[in-house]
Amino acid sequence: MSSGEGGRPLAEIIELPDAQARSEANLRGPARVPRPTARRRRPTACQPASTRVLSGWGRTAPSVATVVRPADGRQVLELLARASEPSDGTPGSGSHPSQLAPAGRIIARGLGRSYGDAAQRAGGLVVDTSALDSLGPIDPDRGLVEVGSGVGLDALIRHALPKGWFVPVTPGTRHVTVGGAVAADVHGKNHHLEGSFCSHVAEIALATPTGMHVVGPDGAPEEAALFWATAGGMGLTGVVVSATVRLVPVETSWMLVDTERFDDLDTLMATMEASDDRYRYSVAWVDCSARRGPLGRSVLTRGDHAPRAALGTGRRGRRAVALASPSGLRVPLPAPSRLVNSHIVRAFNEAWFRRAPRHQTAALQPLDAFFYPLDGLGDWNLLYGRAGFVQYQFAVGPDGGELVRRAIQSTTEAGAPSSLAVLKRFGPSDPGPLSFPIAGWTLALDFPVGPPGLPGVLDRLDEMVAEAGGRVYLAKDARLRPELLGAMYPRAAELLAARLSVDPTLSLGSDLSRRLGLDDLGRPGDDDPGPGGGLAGA
Amino acid sequence: MLDAFGHPQSALVLGGTSDIATALLGALVADRCRTVVLAGRDDGRLRAAAARLADAGATSVETVTFDATRPEDADRVVARCLAAAGGQVDLAVMAVGRLDQPRRDGLDPADVAAVATVNFAWPAAALASLAGHLCEQGQGRIVVLSSVAGVRVRPANFPYGAAKRGIDAFALALADEVAGSGVSVHVVRPGFVHSKMTAGRRAAPFAVTPAEVAEAVRRGIERDERIIWVPGFLRWVFVGMRLLPPALWRRLPA
Repeated sequence: MSSGEGGRPLAEIIELPDAQARSEANLRGPARVPRPTARRRRPTACQPASTRVLSGWGRTAPSVATVVRPADGRQVLELLARASEPSDGTPGSGSHPSQLAPAGRIIARGLGRSYGDAAQRAGGLVVDTSALDSLGPIDPDRGLVEVGSGVGLDALIRHALPKGWFVPVTPGTRHVTVGGAVAADVHGKNHHLEGSFCSHVAEIALATPTGMHVVGPDGAPEEAALFWATAGGMGLTGVVVSATVRLVPVETSWMLVDTERFDDLDTLMATMEASDDRYRYSVAWVDCSARRGPLGRSVLTRGDHAPRAALGTGRRGRRAVALASPSGLRVPLPAPSRLVNSHIVRAFNEAWFRRAPRHQTAALQPLDAFFYPLDGLGDWNLLYGRAGFVQYQFAVGPDGGELVRRAIQSTTEAGAPSSLAVLKRFGPSDPGPLSFPIAGWTLALDFPVGPPGLPGVLDRLDEMVAEAGGRVYLAKDARLRPELLGAMYPRAAELLAARLSVDPTLSLGSDLSRRLGLDDLGRPGDDDPGPGGGLAGA
Repeated sequence: MLDAFGHPQSALVLGGTSDIATALLGALVADRCRTVVLAGRDDGRLRAAAARLADAGATSVETVTFDATRPEDADRVVARCLAAAGGQVDLAVMAVGRLDQPRRDGLDPADVAAVATVNFAWPAAALASLAGHLCEQGQGRIVVLSSVAGVRVRPANFPYGAAKRGIDAFALALADEVAGSGVSVHVVRPGFVHSKMTAGRRAAPFAVTPAEVAEAVRRGIERDERIIWVPGFLRWVFVGMRLLPPALWRRLPA
């Protein structure tokens, strides 16, 4: 990259609406309250930049950033080069607070399904990857496919399934991008046997302020290090432009599912420990809202892709790889704040439990009903109303069963029962320094924001998780204290080292990285009192 | 950054030695606020408050002195405070204010001018400056300590009440102005608060302590409430107060 190019204003790299160009200019002038313009508009190809309020899927902690939608990897590189320049400002304005702001001005954003603040940057630049949407041909022998980072798993599945391929790992929604799946190193119901997403990625193209890096797990040591730092690195090493994913062969779009109902948590966990390894996919739903009976009545569903022979020759057999079209059902508006209240949650959980068969084996189920039960209702996060919700997911070792129990118990006792709880067993950790899984258990809990006891009880839970050698999932986090990050992710310094190797000024950063102090860990001069030191009592 | 519950990691308090500010900061530092800037008039008291917060777990506490009778300086003071916070701040609290002198006969024009400046002109100028900076940083919360004295201004302290009414209205309009910018403004309307400012005055009914105000503010921010009444039911008391005919209003005990 030539250094002269880096000096170009944003408006020259990507066409900006006039208002945006003005507010760019304002950044160097005195601070003024801007008149907000066209905040809700999605950027289009011809008018790619706008200021938008962004938040995660939980709809908490919104912040405003300039959103740009680069058309290709070259434009991503130019944006990064520009963001990594030192903020020189005009002479004499060095005291302006915006110039003392910490580094980290740019971050990528896919479909915005991280629950917290991972894909937003207050006052910074957010790279909307939706135009990086190339879908390459599928290698018929090994299932390798190169896709743009902005491609959603939904599009990838629709591309691959008719040809007999499926994504190797999928989270509970197909509305995540491939870039996001790499950045969060997402896991699925098959983690206990097959690991997380990046274990099935052969190569990525990573745009950084120092240029494009094409890296994979099998490359030279420093390339592999950059690859693994990016796996679960929450977008902080650079912007993933494309990834080569190793798909898995399937014969049909149906699943063969075993379902079991349990009246208490202990039996559920014992069953999972004893026989999960016989199933490729496994997940349990736990009812946290029941008032009577033992803790943790639950439904365990486990299965694998159905072979063609299982379908017979009827209608199912003819539509072996059909995928249901989206239902089109959406939640239109944020619900009134009390809609997801304890009564509704209890009724929903009751129905879910009773709907499940006590014991059923080898039932045929459509693939999307098995993997994506919540995708049937678009924008379901709006059910939690204006205040939004937080998801709390932690992983803990195989002895962490007691912590799982206490997490459910303590939140219920604090008057904040989880509206939805999902329990699963993890296989061995993946190689990424910030990759989430730990061999053992993982529990995910959903809480509407509102109960006064909730923030405190989650803080205490964090401490118990850290003490037990566990960790919380950063792709879902919106509230962890930075003090506990080091204990939960002891290899966080490796991420920082990898970042510095390709982004020496740490121009990449998100609200999450700033909140958790990921940009400061182990940096020289950490104990520096800061630029305000000399002003004390002036 | 603000977390999912609106809890700040950094806070700036203008009027940093007020009892309400002290109670609020104590609670915030006990939670996860690690960077604090205290701005006020009295350097000695600021430093003492800063030392207490550092003991309580804040890792960076800075102090800035200013004179609230000089509204023309407000912009510079705010810039200095933000610089002391490292460039950005999650929560800014406007706690600048003073009561008018108890009067025996007639109003003192000089005192009226000073009360109007300290309770309205300086805070309004500083809020304008703060809002600009916070909008630029793309996220932040502004809390303005108003008072029920401004909801319907009482004869007993009307220079103070009128100025509070002014800053209350200014803050609410500012909340509309910044809507959608990632910044929100919260107006706090406490009733009588037992504090340094009201020491020696007769307590009004439903009086609260600074700690109660602090807790209400924390909850109000968590719930994203635009107007935070302390205690909450004063909202309904003042629905009635506003409807009282003037002849009755004048006769209410001071």
